[in-house]
Amino acid sequence: MYGRKVKLRFFYILLILTTLVLTIFLILKSLEQNVIYFQSPSEIKNISEIDNKKLRVGGMVKKDSILINSEEINFIITDLKNEINVIYSGVVPNLFEEGKGVVAEGYLKDRNFFMAIKILAKHDENYMPPEVKAALEEK
Amino acid sequence: MASLIGFYSLVFGICSSVAIIIFSIQNFRNPKKLNEKILILTFLQFFLVTISFLGLIISFVNSDFSNETVFNHSHTTKPLFYKISGSWGNHEGSLLLWLLVLTLFIFLFILKSGKQPTQYRILTLLFQEIIIIGFFIFLLKTSSPFNYIYPIPEEGLGLNPILQDPSLAIHPPILYFGYVGTSIIFSSSLSAMVVNYISKEWAKHIKVWVLISWIFLTLGILLGSIWAYYELGWGGFWFWDPVENVSLMPWFALTTLIHCILVLEKRLELTSWVIILSITTFTLSMSGTFLVRSGILNSVHTFANDPERGLFILIFLFTLIFLSLFVFFFFHKKETNNKSSFFLVSKETSIILNNWFMMYFLSVVLVGTTYPIFLDVISSDKISIGPPFYHKLIIPFLIPFLLAMTIGPRLKWIKSDLSDKFILIIFFIISLLLSLYIVKTLKIDFLINSILISFVFYLFFITLRDFFNKKYNNLSQNIAHFGFSLFLLSIIFNNILSSEVITNLKVGDTFKSEKLKIYFENITQKNEKNFESFVGEFVVENSQGDVFIMKPELRIYNQPNIATSEAYIRTSLFSDKFMTMNLVQNQEYFNVRYQIKPLMIWIWISVLMITLGGLMSIIKKNEN
Repeated sequence: MYGRKVKLRFFYILLILTTLVLTIFLILKSLEQNVIYFQSPSEIKNISEIDNKKLRVGGMVKKDSILINSEEINFIITDLKNEINVIYSGVVPNLFEEGKGVVAEGYLKDRNFFMAIKILAKHDENYMPPEVKAALEEK
Repeated sequence: MASLIGFYSLVFGICSSVAIIIFSIQNFRNPKKLNEKILILTFLQFFLVTISFLGLIISFVNSDFSNETVFNHSHTTKPLFYKISGSWGNHEGSLLLWLLVLTLFIFLFILKSGKQPTQYRILTLLFQEIIIIGFFIFLLKTSSPFNYIYPIPEEGLGLNPILQDPSLAIHPPILYFGYVGTSIIFSSSLSAMVVNYISKEWAKHIKVWVLISWIFLTLGILLGSIWAYYELGWGGFWFWDPVENVSLMPWFALTTLIHCILVLEKRLELTSWVIILSITTFTLSMSGTFLVRSGILNSVHTFANDPERGLFILIFLFTLIFLSLFVFFFFHKKETNNKSSFFLVSKETSIILNNWFMMYFLSVVLVGTTYPIFLDVISSDKISIGPPFYHKLIIPFLIPFLLAMTIGPRLKWIKSDLSDKFILIIFFIISLLLSLYIVKTLKIDFLINSILISFVFYLFFITLRDFFNKKYNNLSQNIAHFGFSLFLLSIIFNNILSSEVITNLKVGDTFKSEKLKIYFENITQKNEKNFESFVGEFVVENSQGDVFIMKPELRIYNQPNIATSEAYIRTSLFSDKFMTMNLVQNQEYFNVRYQIKPLMIWIWISVLMITLGGLMSIIKKNEN
């Protein structure tokens, strides 16, 4: 009934559609697993359950809270309402300072302790990560 | 004074662009007159923008702080080299540079395209002038580099220290050559469509521009990557940071374009695809600028958060997209000689297959980069997407991609058979065994690694063999593909074999582990012109008993007052030893990171090799 050309074209369109659907499904699936949410210390206080998903916590490094020894660095992130203790062994950016904005990436141990695996670098003294700015403005 | 001249030549520049448009429309049907005058006019336009740019550089060199841009981004104690490079290390100056490259490229285009039909040339010029005038208005209205401030400040605010670096000084111009080159491709394909000039000759002529843009874009990305490696002190070369992705997306599109323009040149097929890709490439370059400049993506590149600027670029971008879609739907003619003579095993099929994969990689990066922005707008959830997302979605699909890359170049156009089947199989077995051996000795994750590594080796061996085989003498393609296999091999082994130690040390402390001993010997202070330098001296002893000294540096700049770490890198052919030292506020401990990065130098070399492939393709064309 249909010519060879029409059949071929139909086949192509079907092929392209399936590929597209599969691709989109794959991307979305992978997106779901690899998204890292950003939270402020106050949001963490209100978290219902603690799972082992990767998180980012942002706020200000509390004054006089940095403690350092040869293995790790401890400090407190505050959004001026709530605070959270951070335990970290790794590289700190040069602009990591008390009273300045910071973003830590890692896992929650409980509502008060955060095991960081990465501290994000800022490039500019005036620059504040947008997340931190939002967290600080909310108070 | 210099700023004044700069400003007025910018104003005259926009007048000359308007003059070009009026002149070319008036004389559109009078090719003789056009041919005589148009070159002079485009040169005048380029000349005026050059004067303006020089005006800005002179203001920077003289530290003329009555100029707002100079005040915001310069300082008297800055070395001369960074005073000059500082003129494009900011929002206003970099846009002026973009405009300068735009006018230079259209001048070169008019100069070099004398043999092409006049109407096609003029129409390309007209499309290009729309972009140029857009940038003129953008500069003059929202981001003039020549604003006055009064009273005149004594001292400037200084340039962000991490930008005071030789490779970052030349990174923007190189990258812009790539970005702006795509605008020529865009205008040219639109106008070729309007005057119905999409042909083998057109493909041949525009291919040079595609290659040039591609070479500069590749080099620009490479420079940025090298800089991030030694200056940011994270010890990696690619972080899937949004600003990096934004330059990678046009690169994917451009690489795809290079391949399918070959099909157009040889077979006059895929015309719509070539046009769509030209439009996509330029749109991606423009949206890259938009995302980076508007302040939506926060990074080193974000100079100012001015909503008006973002809005302007957004409107401009949409105007161009609508214009190009309009032209596409009204003027695009279906291919007349479409006999659909594609056979399953042919060069075309393998190129199309790779095009599809490239588009897939592009969409992965696009989704990963823009999804957080959309989510923020829709739900105000703040998220970020980490490297695992990209790795998971890209690495498995590299395998069929590599296979097509290995076999494709050996096939002929239209219809082909695989020759040398025996050799192909032998090489595949060798690669498979080699990769199994490596995976086994290194005790790494079996499945994906062994398959991926064997396919990379396969490409590596086959390209290496074809290099010595007269039958497949496409040297440029061969070198580029070989470079790509080398690139993947270096990345894979770099990833698998890297090791690092992070510790906090005081002067006199020693870090000890089974494999390594690091002794912090002393620290010396030195005063430089615009920074204080602290150089640490570390004695490192590895398990083989080698002892060597590493001297990472910490700089505290005076204006602005920022500390940066300068990594100390000992490079060899096999691996880089990399050390950075960071300051932790008010503490006597220093945060020390020591890394061994195998095959690091081969990542850079292989990218250069890929670029060389492009360069050779241009040279070969000129010889013909």
